[in-house]
Amino acid sequence: MSNKVVQAMYNDDDILMDAVKEVRAAKYHIEEVYTPFPVHGLDKAMGLKGTRIAITAFMYGCVGLVFSVWMMNYMMIEDWPQDIGGKPSFAFVQNMPAFVPIMFEMSVFFAAHLMVITFYMRSRLWPFKEAENPDPRTTDDMFVMEVVVDGNEAELIAFLEKTGTVEIKVTEKH
Amino acid sequence: MYTFSSKLKTLSLALMIIGLLGVGYGFLSAPASVDEVKVLLQESHNAHGEVAVTVDHAVAGSDDVAQSEEAHAEHVYHLLKNKPWSALYVALFFFFMISLGTLAFYAIQHVSQAGWSIVLFRVMEGITAYLPIGGVLLFVFFVLSATQNHLFTWMDPEVVANDMLIQNKAGYLNVPFFLIRAAIYIIIWVLYRNYARKMTIAQDASTDLSNYRKLFKSSAAFLVFFLVTESMMSWDWIMSLDPHWYSTLFGWYVFASMIVSAITTIALVSIYLKGKGYLEFVNNSHLHDLAKFMFGFSIFWSYLWFSQFMLIWYANIPEEVTYFVTRFNDYKVPFLGMVVLNFVFPLLILMNSDFKRVPWFIVTAGIIILIGHYIDIFVMIMPATVGDQWFIGISEISSVLLVLGIFIYVVFNAMTKAPLLAKGSPFIKESEHFHY
Repeated sequence: MSNKVVQAMYNDDDILMDAVKEVRAAKYHIEEVYTPFPVHGLDKAMGLKGTRIAITAFMYGCVGLVFSVWMMNYMMIEDWPQDIGGKPSFAFVQNMPAFVPIMFEMSVFFAAHLMVITFYMRSRLWPFKEAENPDPRTTDDMFVMEVVVDGNEAELIAFLEKTGTVEIKVTEKH
Repeated sequence: MYTFSSKLKTLSLALMIIGLLGVGYGFLSAPASVDEVKVLLQESHNAHGEVAVTVDHAVAGSDDVAQSEEAHAEHVYHLLKNKPWSALYVALFFFFMISLGTLAFYAIQHVSQAGWSIVLFRVMEGITAYLPIGGVLLFVFFVLSATQNHLFTWMDPEVVANDMLIQNKAGYLNVPFFLIRAAIYIIIWVLYRNYARKMTIAQDASTDLSNYRKLFKSSAAFLVFFLVTESMMSWDWIMSLDPHWYSTLFGWYVFASMIVSAITTIALVSIYLKGKGYLEFVNNSHLHDLAKFMFGFSIFWSYLWFSQFMLIWYANIPEEVTYFVTRFNDYKVPFLGMVVLNFVFPLLILMNSDFKRVPWFIVTAGIIILIGHYIDIFVMIMPATVGDQWFIGISEISSVLLVLGIFIYVVFNAMTKAPLLAKGSPFIKESEHFHY
């Protein structure tokens, strides 16, 4: 199995979007698209599956909520009950309204941080990782579409040249 | 052009007739004298069993008890007399609030020059068509309140004479000034509504954007006026029912209820019309946006509800906390139940992005939200007017049916008057192609 890919470069996101649709219609397999900014609708055009990060966010929020309930119960009711503003902390239920802001903040905190960590792990990003983008210009103003060479290479290049690309490179992917 | 189907017309007329009969029954069945109330109280005492009766006999000799029983019976009599009035008031305010909230949302769309919502303008204009009728009904109700009932206790000179706190507020809380304020709010809101409607229809036929610019400016001015008067309206019409109590975020709290009910109604009417084959230009991305607003404003409402509650609960100042003590003692089920309906249900049902595009999910969530906010208004008004004598019975349900009938008739009738697409707006293309 060859790891050969064709990298077609575009200088406009609209042209890129049309190219992605054409390439998919011609049944070529798009390995990856590198863009300097999120292109609206690109995920749908590439036929990527919907992200499930929203589901993890909900679950992390629930974890945060449960954690804050346990934490406030331990701090304010069990370990060191205090009388604040004439509201003695002998029962969690009776003091619950005062804990609601903390419960809310903890849900948000857990959902946000764990979601970011999940996203990094899923995208295989970590400190000192070497950049994967094939060309530094994709961090500035260029878009690169990577298409797997599967069969006739010359035919694929000829096809891609018609999609408005400004530069084509054939390379081995590791 | 939309045609008002005869089925819907019959439904609205039937609702009005059933509602009217029920409201009439509610007024007729209210006790006519204190003696009747005494009989009622005695019956309910007897129903509690032998123990209560013997206790009654044991203390019946004392004059004090007899006197306090007399006072109690009179108190209950006044509460029961208020009940049909309050039921009507809750329903009138609820539908007026939906219409007013829609008008505010509509003005926001003009001022923010939003692109997505233009295909829904005619639906919103239809809903705000209820504003003049609802305003007149409410105004008549306030005029009657000054003489016919005791909903607003500060309107009663006898009460004011014995109450220093209300005397201090008399410069603001007096009947003529109250009615003048109500008239000013209603008239200016209705003027903006009619002006905006005229301008969007004129824009459909015009070739330049002059109407559109006028609409933008008038909407911005309206929003400034609305944000001040909405707050004052909520003090006047609802907060003054408890003339000793005040909350500084009450206006926002009422507004949150208003806007979420309004957007829910826009969504429900749009789904209904789409189901009937109209609004072919409204796609599920538009519904998605409405559902996002329903979700967001439900949480906004919960935030304000809780902010108001927690500060008063924590500070525990007697004059403030009575408001919630009454609600916890006498209204526990509706008061806490509406938090479930208005917060937990929308949160769980509408959280998922895909569900927000499914009409029957929006309809289910919408009906729950509307019921929840009806109860919200109910719990804002009833504790002050009928106290522990509340009950969701014939008066309450018929009042809702009556006003719902009028609302449906007026709203759908107004929608037959103009094409359902405001095609003159410069952003109409963007709105038609809107997708997410």
